[in-house]
Amino acid sequence: MESEITIRPEVVLKGIAAAPGIACGAAYLYSKHVPQVQVKSIVPKEVEGEVQRLRNATSRSEKELSKIHAFAEQRLGSQNARIFEAQIMILSDQILMGSIEKRIGAELKNAEAIVADEINKYKRVMLASPDEYMHERAHDVDDIMNRIIRNIQDQKLYSRLEGESIIVSETLAPADTVVFSRNQILGYATDMGGVTSHAAILSRSLKIPAVVGLRTATKLIKTGDTIALDGYAGVVVLNPTEETLQTLMQKRQRFKEFEERLVDIAGLPAETPDHKHIELSANIEFDDEIEFCRQQGSAGIGLFRTESQLIGKERYPTEEEQYEVYRAVADGISPHSVIFRTFDVGGDKIGPDTEHEENPFLGWRGIRAMLDRPELFLAQLRSILRASSGKNVRIMFPMVSNVTEILRAKAMVEQAKKELNTRGMPYDAGVKVGVMVEIPAAAVMADQIAGEVDFLSIGTNDLIQYLLAVDRNNNAVQSVYQPFHPAVLRTIKHIIEAGHKRGVWVGMCGEMAGDPLATVLLVGLGIDELSVIPVVLPEIKKIILSIRQRDAKRVAEKALSLPTDQEVRDYLWSVMRDRLPEIPFEEQSDIGVPP
Amino acid sequence: MIEQTVTILNRKGLHTRPAALLVKTAARFQSELTLAKDGFEINGKSIIGVMTLAAEQGSQLTIRVEGPDEEEAAAAIVAIFERKFDEE
Repeated sequence: MESEITIRPEVVLKGIAAAPGIACGAAYLYSKHVPQVQVKSIVPKEVEGEVQRLRNATSRSEKELSKIHAFAEQRLGSQNARIFEAQIMILSDQILMGSIEKRIGAELKNAEAIVADEINKYKRVMLASPDEYMHERAHDVDDIMNRIIRNIQDQKLYSRLEGESIIVSETLAPADTVVFSRNQILGYATDMGGVTSHAAILSRSLKIPAVVGLRTATKLIKTGDTIALDGYAGVVVLNPTEETLQTLMQKRQRFKEFEERLVDIAGLPAETPDHKHIELSANIEFDDEIEFCRQQGSAGIGLFRTESQLIGKERYPTEEEQYEVYRAVADGISPHSVIFRTFDVGGDKIGPDTEHEENPFLGWRGIRAMLDRPELFLAQLRSILRASSGKNVRIMFPMVSNVTEILRAKAMVEQAKKELNTRGMPYDAGVKVGVMVEIPAAAVMADQIAGEVDFLSIGTNDLIQYLLAVDRNNNAVQSVYQPFHPAVLRTIKHIIEAGHKRGVWVGMCGEMAGDPLATVLLVGLGIDELSVIPVVLPEIKKIILSIRQRDAKRVAEKALSLPTDQEVRDYLWSVMRDRLPEIPFEEQSDIGVPP
Repeated sequence: MIEQTVTILNRKGLHTRPAALLVKTAARFQSELTLAKDGFEINGKSIIGVMTLAAEQGSQLTIRVEGPDEEEAAAAIVAIFERKFDEE
């Protein structure tokens, strides 16, 4: 007989750090709960009871969804909450519900069997369509079917979720994240997703540690297993040993103390001891993130991703709808500035009318797509300009590859201003216009480009991927996606120098801007602005406050003389250790690395 | 019974919001509304039914209205197609 007690070995899973923090506790494996449906025959006198069960389940489902909808509205804004409205409408479809009730009586079968059969008919039609949008609707229909069936069977979806748990799932839908956030959730671990996935963004704003992109977490971890999650290093440990737990708890304590100290610097400007001022701002995509940015001591919004308004949308938002959002952001962050990046759809960002392309990253995206749709572009520019009235608003164009695009885009800004003049609507006539430098051609031409604009902002995510010819979403080539590749560093240096020669400031809004390992280097290269995810803002500020630009310049020079990404990292890491020992920065998690 | 062919003029076709508007309009009348496309028929008062009609811009639908207020109902329904579901 096998022993009841077996010591289970520690398993370390590597993923992507999506929201900072450390959590240890019981895992709760969350899978899209698919209720089992058995077809049962009933006798005529049971029909009434069966119909009553259906009606109760429908009204309970409606209550659940209304709650999720209201909660999502408050948390995510009404625009993003609309994804739940379609489901609520289906629940009150009298034709659908009428025919289900009729069939229960006519076929003498249990309610859930008829619900499944009837709704599946529609789902099959949707899945048969070649239209991607219809497949998404099929998911909605599937969700609503499972919800009704679950309620008929009187199962509570989250009833097992008691006490404090770490949610482990393949992926988290917005609805799941919203519901979970009302419970005591210690952390999230998902198989799929990247740092910009919806769940990652939500967990950061809810301040719940998260690791995404773990790939096999749901296969290895069971509900009730003890796991530890390190949202700084992007690691999840199954069956952690005493030693691991101790290490993590110490790390948590260290970060906690550090974070408490950071509160004191929130009100300080980001300036080196030798007075190089860095505009330290935040990247956001929803207006309700502003409060958190303020708390973190942000000097403005360096990147507002306007594509957030397209989530779950079938069409582009109107000028008025956009104006509402931009106004709220410009007001909320005032007197600081906000940079609105015009719609950047295409690539991995899907817009309402994105067509399938063989090579989306080299295709119809960013400024290219907007210049081809002047009506849409003008509506967005008018709404941004209107929000600029009396506030500090800037406009930025993504995916610029040549000077002509800038001239055309600027002409559109002028046309939008004229249209507002005709309407007698106020705007800031001196609104600053800049571009993202993220295509190698734009980096090479940075001097000419800088001559046409008020500022440059380096978008490292795309710049690195185009410069190194690495698809950043392809796991097979992750090891050659190297932010510290000397070619990347030289390109950044070139862009900054070119901008400064033309007298424009140069910022950075890619992920690299928020990587503490890069801060000293970037300050040394002369960067003027860093726009980072709000959570890392105090840490980056602390580094800026701690190092003289004169010294940072020497560090940058040395880093630029090294031949490989790894050597640059090793060197920067040694600088962090020697010069900034008070920063609890970790090169890589030492958890689970064999001695 | 009134039968009429309508063309989807709005760019995104019969997606959720236009579908909801169509169903709400149909619900104001006693008459039954049937929508047919490519030999596939659905009840125009059912949102889930209308959602299955992958009716993109430029496609044609046959609407059939039958009941005591069929004339007003048909006029109201044709009108929202012509107004492009107030989308543009």
